[in-house]
Amino acid sequence: MSARRITQGTFSFLPDLSDEQIAAQLKYCLGKGWAVNVEHTDDPHPRNTYWEMWGQPMFDLRDPAGAMQEVRACREAFPGHYVRVSAFDASHGVESIRLSFIVNRPDPEPTLRLQRTETRGRSVRYTLATRGAGER
Amino acid sequence: MPVSAESPRASGAPADPGPAPEEHVRVDLREALRASHVEEVLERLDRELVGLVPVKTRIRETAALLLVERVRARLGLAAQTPTLHMCFTGNPGTGKTTVAQRMAEILHRLGYVREGHVVSVTRDDLVGQYIGHTAPRTREVIKRAMGGVLFIDEAYYLYRPENERDYGQEAIEILLQVMENERDDLVVILAGYKERMDRFFTSNPGLRSRIAHHIDFPDYLPDQLLAIARLMLAELNYRFDEGAEAAFVEYIALRMGLEHFANARSIRNALDRARLRQANRLFAAGGTLGRDDLMRIEAEDIRASRVFREGRLDRDGRA
Repeated sequence: MSARRITQGTFSFLPDLSDEQIAAQLKYCLGKGWAVNVEHTDDPHPRNTYWEMWGQPMFDLRDPAGAMQEVRACREAFPGHYVRVSAFDASHGVESIRLSFIVNRPDPEPTLRLQRTETRGRSVRYTLATRGAGER
Repeated sequence: MPVSAESPRASGAPADPGPAPEEHVRVDLREALRASHVEEVLERLDRELVGLVPVKTRIRETAALLLVERVRARLGLAAQTPTLHMCFTGNPGTGKTTVAQRMAEILHRLGYVREGHVVSVTRDDLVGQYIGHTAPRTREVIKRAMGGVLFIDEAYYLYRPENERDYGQEAIEILLQVMENERDDLVVILAGYKERMDRFFTSNPGLRSRIAHHIDFPDYLPDQLLAIARLMLAELNYRFDEGAEAAFVEYIALRMGLEHFANARSIRNALDRARLRQANRLFAAGGTLGRDDLMRIEAEDIRASRVFREGRLDRDGRA
């Protein structure tokens, strides 16, 4: 059962977005004047914030077709990776993320395993470890 | 559920199918024309651009074709997106960029491009400086132009036959690919001088065959240039007085004989300099000024031009 789904970013509790839905979200971002960027990773650990960039962030787009091309190209190159689209808003003087959502998931998805380590005084430290990542 | 890369495009077909196709449906072309608001753009083209009759005719024809295609699609007839890539040839200052902007608007109103913006680029924006720099650069420009019109000015500079390792060829190849495969996403307009453009196409036959519309921009006649000058001045809330207009007619005749004459662009520059001289004249005169004084350009503002002095000097020297 591939019911285990990593829930990171916007829309991650929903069923996967279709390409039209992704394009519509991209159109919304571009309409707001945000720059969009495609990133990918094989390790969905919540502390893994910096994913690999797929090309450069795309500034000054007017139409989602160009960004969709990159999404498709990234998916094709890394079918077994998570791919996400992030939209950056520069109105605060820095490029700050406004929207970020996953557009491709590996099948099956890697799982996160909770490891308990006993330390001094029998207190317990918890660690999350990704399992099943990077095997593809 | 894996996201399928095969799912239908977000918005591919330019014409929405609309109501279910029926065989007995009748379509009023005039009504469709009115609904598309293309007529406004065409009228503005007529009003704002002096002369250019062959260009306007071609654009009207193209608009008619596109409109009919759209109506055909609505009635369920086979409607293939026509090739819309264009080539504008003509001397500098004949209105190629302006017409490209209008064309984008027309295509947008007819639904053949989604956004209707124009991304205007030259060789420098497309071609990189080292190996591997060109492709991402060209693709970035293309992505920016998607949903609109990519206007490549002086496109022949992309191809430099004297240097076989020139990166321009790479940009051309990417363009060719995009012009073929992403016809729904963007329209490419190439522009430049006629002869050089022709030479460019001879060495890149693939490019020529992918461009459906070749539009030639004629040079302006002297009285058209005067009309352009009047339009430009009216836009800026200036006007010629009688002497100035006569002087400007003379100016045009002289300027056309000199080199580097760039049609409407030369006229714009001449007017800019006349405004400069008018401002200086007003300063020198002192006193209070009325609305009319600020609007009026006088003969001396025109006659102070170098064209009069040097043009005359030239002829004296030769005579």
